Amino acid sequence: MTASTRETESAAAAPAAAPATAAATATTPAAAALTPPVPGCSKGSCPRPQPGATAGGCAFDGAQIALLPIADAAHIVHGPIACAGSSWDNRGTRSTGPTLWRVGMTTALNEQDVILGRGDPILHEAIGQAVRDYAPAAVFVYNTCVPALTGNDFERVCSEAAAAFEIPVVPVDCAGFYGGKNYGNRIAGAALLKHVIGTREPDPVPQQAQRPGVQVHDIGMIGEFNIAGELWHVTPLFDELGLRLLGNISGDARYHEIQSLHRAEANMVVCSKALMNVAESLEQRYGTPYFEGSFYGVADTSAALHDFARLLDDPALTARTEALIAREEAQVAAALAPFRERLEGKRVLLYTGGVKSWSIVSALHDLGMEVVATSTRKSTEGDKERIRRLMGEQMRTLDSGGPQALIDTVEAEQVDVLIAGGRNMYTALKARIPFLDINQERPHAYAGYAGMVELARQLCLTIESPIWPQVRQPAPWEL
Amino acid sequence: MVASRSGARTKPLSVKPLRASQPVGGVLATLGFERAMPLLHGSQGCTAFGKVYFVRHFNEPIPLQTTAVDRTAAIMGADDNLTEALRTLCSKSAPSLITVITTGLTEAAGTDIERLVRTFRRDHPELAAATTIVPVAAPEFNGSLESGYAATLRAILDVVLPAPAFARTRPGRAPRRVNLLLSSALAPGDVEALCELVEAFGLEPVAIPDLGASLDGHLDDTRFSPLSIAGTRLEALDECGDAAATIVVGASLFASADLLAERTGVPDFRFTHLMGLAESDRLVMALRELSGRAVPRRVQRQRRQLQDALLDTHLTLGMRRLAIAAEADLLAGVAALGEGIGMEVVAAVAPDERAAGLAHLADSLPLQIGDLQDLERQAEAGGAELLIGSGHAVASAETLGIPIIQRGYPIWERFGLHTRSWIGYRGSRDALYDWANALAAEHEQHGGLAPYRSIFKIERSPDAGGAHRCGKSYSTPRQPA
Repeated sequence: MTASTRETESAAAAPAAAPATAAATATTPAAAALTPPVPGCSKGSCPRPQPGATAGGCAFDGAQIALLPIADAAHIVHGPIACAGSSWDNRGTRSTGPTLWRVGMTTALNEQDVILGRGDPILHEAIGQAVRDYAPAAVFVYNTCVPALTGNDFERVCSEAAAAFEIPVVPVDCAGFYGGKNYGNRIAGAALLKHVIGTREPDPVPQQAQRPGVQVHDIGMIGEFNIAGELWHVTPLFDELGLRLLGNISGDARYHEIQSLHRAEANMVVCSKALMNVAESLEQRYGTPYFEGSFYGVADTSAALHDFARLLDDPALTARTEALIAREEAQVAAALAPFRERLEGKRVLLYTGGVKSWSIVSALHDLGMEVVATSTRKSTEGDKERIRRLMGEQMRTLDSGGPQALIDTVEAEQVDVLIAGGRNMYTALKARIPFLDINQERPHAYAGYAGMVELARQLCLTIESPIWPQVRQPAPWEL
Repeated sequence: MVASRSGARTKPLSVKPLRASQPVGGVLATLGFERAMPLLHGSQGCTAFGKVYFVRHFNEPIPLQTTAVDRTAAIMGADDNLTEALRTLCSKSAPSLITVITTGLTEAAGTDIERLVRTFRRDHPELAAATTIVPVAAPEFNGSLESGYAATLRAILDVVLPAPAFARTRPGRAPRRVNLLLSSALAPGDVEALCELVEAFGLEPVAIPDLGASLDGHLDDTRFSPLSIAGTRLEALDECGDAAATIVVGASLFASADLLAERTGVPDFRFTHLMGLAESDRLVMALRELSGRAVPRRVQRQRRQLQDALLDTHLTLGMRRLAIAAEADLLAGVAALGEGIGMEVVAAVAPDERAAGLAHLADSLPLQIGDLQDLERQAEAGGAELLIGSGHAVASAETLGIPIIQRGYPIWERFGLHTRSWIGYRGSRDALYDWANALAAEHEQHGGLAPYRSIFKIERSPDAGGAHRCGKSYSTPRQPA
């Protein structure tokens, strides 16, 4: 297939499959001098942060989180030490093989480097050092605030280094002041689209992975980060169905896998509005259909497998999928029964960002739990729409107010458990509220059918812990 | 040797024994007194083994002597050996205290240890005046370290404390004084921590025995001492009837506590253990009552620190399956702390079917009397994830493939664990952190979901991170030309 025919096809396919939220890609005029590299912050999806009352990461954070799980690449943070120093080896995500992604690399620019404008040559040398010392499959370079502000020409350095060291070097222009974490995700997606996806054809399916009567289909996933290895609750199902995960952005990914992602026959956008641009572009360029889904909860996991079968339109696959879903749902229902009994009717407050404000709701409903409030701080209009659909218009939402409002709501709503990111964990615990960590740093895998059982177990663990009376009752001499 | 809660023998062979002998416990109790010398009445091996056992555990020289019963004495009678040993010890180093602890050999031979000591005192009044000699029946065919320790302490109290009619003490005459009767479950670090807590209320603790003073591991000015260098002074024992109260820790000592109360009339507060929030609260309330003082700010702070540790570690420790191999008193505390954080005790093995503490354990605890083989089987069946036991249990943990926290006797291959405290607010906090760290380290190494490699997955590049973990040396100067 040539590039031109692909364009023709995708042009025809795009309008039909365009999602309702496609408006999110509308362009905003950028500041003249410091042009953020990627258009696409529509009103509402990337609200301006409020000085003095903002939590959450920057564009660099978002870009790095999205790409760091590419395990066989070297990831170099170009800038002074703060960016890498505060974030390297934050090991939420996991890999089946290479561990290079966990090696923190930064140019750690110092004052003299900045004053004398040495950023560019140091970056060139740094890329060389990474290539010599670690033989990576590729190098990702993250540009941060200081070199962006002082006008380093880091994209030129990257392309020269790629030629000099004969290795792909991917520039990711993600200075923190460009925007928030969601925007950083988007930048990461754009970098992959521009420099990586479509630069290599897939390997043939390994002979030993071929089974009679099973036609292997290539699929892609976007926005699945293999937190705590939770992808491994899902990939065995794919293997059984004959779905080859050609590439995943970016949990347990290899550089070469993402290079060939353009050949996927169907893509799934996993809980990520921010990486929607990748799925949309792949549809426009290569005609790959996609759907949005989640692997949290029994209902959503089954729906995702259904959606793949629907888009791939292979009757044998559909039959296999139906059988697998029936089997897995029966198994998980039995495993969940004792937990459901203990969790039924328990009241949950969800305090997390963006997509997680709704993707986990299905899982909680599966357990018979009641979600009494959710936060919409980092949610897009699309996210909010979904929340309304899932939980009705009366849904109590927490937009602002910080930890105090959170604790007040917990008390007013008689919440049994708070589900939030690790950053809020200790706020909750200090307020003596049972807590479940749902963020990137969490140690447990909640995806898929098996992950659902782990989620239920963890909820019971904290809700039923014997520590609560111990930490809530005053000291005996205060009675 | 046996494997059931009742203690009925269920197998002929004890494999990987958990039990340590009564004489060894007697030695330990004795070493908590100042200028003391334990004397084992038996063949010299009992002493040599016992000495090595404690030297390696504490990394300290251990005073310990033997009556060196040889083959002739074993047959013809070893009474003279004992007399000679006492004479030698008394004249050479005039200890304040000698405990004469029988062993299986001399008990089986029918030695009347009481009479022998009485005779020695009568025949050698000049030696007996300087040294309190205490006969202890603690043969190794009964009980274990904990009961031997308890029997020895009771025997010491029995000899030292006069009958009520002759007592020149009066309860409460020393209103700030508090006796601490401490079981072998308390390590030297625990004793030290407990004394500090009592002192924080302006009270004067007298630990009986005081392993915190003698075996805490400190460099003394004395270059060599044939006797224990520190510990409870016997004169302090003479005055313990003046104390305001006695705090008893460990059910194995409740019989000793009965004796102390009967002889002195001093009221007591009894604890089976001091681990976890509830028992620590009870202790602090007792000290508050005794001292008439408000709970010191530092102690209030420590309580809040323990609460915070409960919060911080409950997600890591909650619902994790715990296996414990320990003597009954230590087992009681470890089980209580574990259950208080939401752990499930799936294996609990104690060595001595007659331990006083067993009666105080919750029926829900899956208690077995047995050895480490029994522990391994029970822990494996219950899917244990963390083991708490002595250095002997390290191999069991390896067999089970789970982490171990070493506690109890003996521990050889780690330094200073006996100086750690697991009691009270602070010690309970530190124990929780240690346990959670052991599980966190395990999680880092082997934990979490097992990686699943898709049948379709192809690795193209070498494991760069693994193959070149440290990278190659790189010495190009920083400043580019």
